[in-house]
Amino acid sequence: MRKGQKKIAVINYGAGNLGSVVNALTRLGYQPLVTDSVFEVLKADVVFLPGVGAAGDTMKGLEAIGMADAVKKLVAWRRPLFAICVGLQVLLSSTEEGGHYQCMDIIPGEVKKLPAGLKIPHMGWNQVKQVMSHPVFTDIPDNTNFYFIHSYYAHPQDKSVVAGTTEYGLEFCSMIIKDNLFATQFHPEKSGEPGLKMYSNFLKIASS
Amino acid sequence: MLTKRIIPCLDVTAGRVVKGTSFTNLRDAGDPVEQAAFYYQEGADELVFLDIGATPEARDTMVEVVRRVSKKVFVPLCVGGGLRSISDMRRMLMAGADKVSINTAAVHKPELLKEGAAIFGRQCMVLAVDAKRTRGKDEPGWEVCTHGGRKLTGIDALEWIKQAVEMGAGEILLTSWDADGHQAGYDNELNRTVSEMVNVPVIASGGAGTLEHLYQALAIGKADAVLAASIFHYREYSIKQVKQYLAGKGIPIRN
Repeated sequence: MRKGQKKIAVINYGAGNLGSVVNALTRLGYQPLVTDSVFEVLKADVVFLPGVGAAGDTMKGLEAIGMADAVKKLVAWRRPLFAICVGLQVLLSSTEEGGHYQCMDIIPGEVKKLPAGLKIPHMGWNQVKQVMSHPVFTDIPDNTNFYFIHSYYAHPQDKSVVAGTTEYGLEFCSMIIKDNLFATQFHPEKSGEPGLKMYSNFLKIASS
Repeated sequence: MLTKRIIPCLDVTAGRVVKGTSFTNLRDAGDPVEQAAFYYQEGADELVFLDIGATPEARDTMVEVVRRVSKKVFVPLCVGGGLRSISDMRRMLMAGADKVSINTAAVHKPELLKEGAAIFGRQCMVLAVDAKRTRGKDEPGWEVCTHGGRKLTGIDALEWIKQAVEMGAGEILLTSWDADGHQAGYDNELNRTVSEMVNVPVIASGGAGTLEHLYQALAIGKADAVLAASIFHYREYSIKQVKQYLAGKGIPIRN
């Protein structure tokens, strides 16, 4: 499918880094639709769920516009979905952030605070070890640096969904792949050329 | 392992990149968008834009610069200079900045850090501190300067930084007033004291003139990132050269 024909929706729930995600997709030659409409999101061929900030606020923002249910539907339908940072965290069952907060429970597991003793947030470029062989890593060498900025990390129960891990006080899950669901703790849209490559690989997979 | 960040700083006024000595005597050069794209291609880990004009008209120009840069540059962008309110910060973030740095406004109204952190997240809130050494005491000390380094406040810099982190600052952009613009090395006593005192990342700024200076800020100053303007702006060193040098000295660097 030619670039531009594919319907790409970027979910707008009133927060997050959606401008950066849109800029990255535009650079790759796509024309994403930024939308808060469940109807538009369910109609799209490919969906991005951006995220920056607190998981609780993100969940509230998504629920307020009925988007949490829409995301669950997309996953059930195996619609290609890419979730970023807090967008990844809200896929899990619950988070420790702000006490305890129920999340979407698409990926069973907890979101926990990074261990004490290190600077928080974990901010900057760190290596992603590829623990899964997958075409989304095409032309991206193992242990490539990606840009992180977060204080909590995902701990999925089912280790078979872990696609990448990163070391910061402990080895945590920095990337999840399950069927057509892709989620990164890091920000590909802020990770230079390897980040753009990852989005481009994902979009290729999504259109095949 | 988390790598140390190399951050070129672009001092911008009226839409043009400038660079000065101790905050005055500016020399003009360069289009900010072109400069930013160049640094991105060279491997900068992040970019900082400081609007040193910071008049209302200049701010509109800056918003436009940020908007254009964010379409070309896919590493984090931090913007500061003259941001006085939540709505000023929001404009920059909406235009494509990932972080905003505040200095004078935070000193006058520390609640801005708290409000900003609550709305945009702590990771967006960078506290910029211009610290000037206080003389005539046995203990090393620093005082906060505001208004682009022109005004001494009498506020203890270490106490202020501690308070600001409690209020919501997620990162410290630490400029040595004494060292800035002289290319004679960072104030690494300041860098190390602050880096060991707070639990958020510290960007060392002010004084880079050689590759060794950058190494010292990371190794001795314990900074998480180094910021420099002149050495990159005047092409004394390329970012690639800096990274090769630091990697050779055992500093974890993104290649």
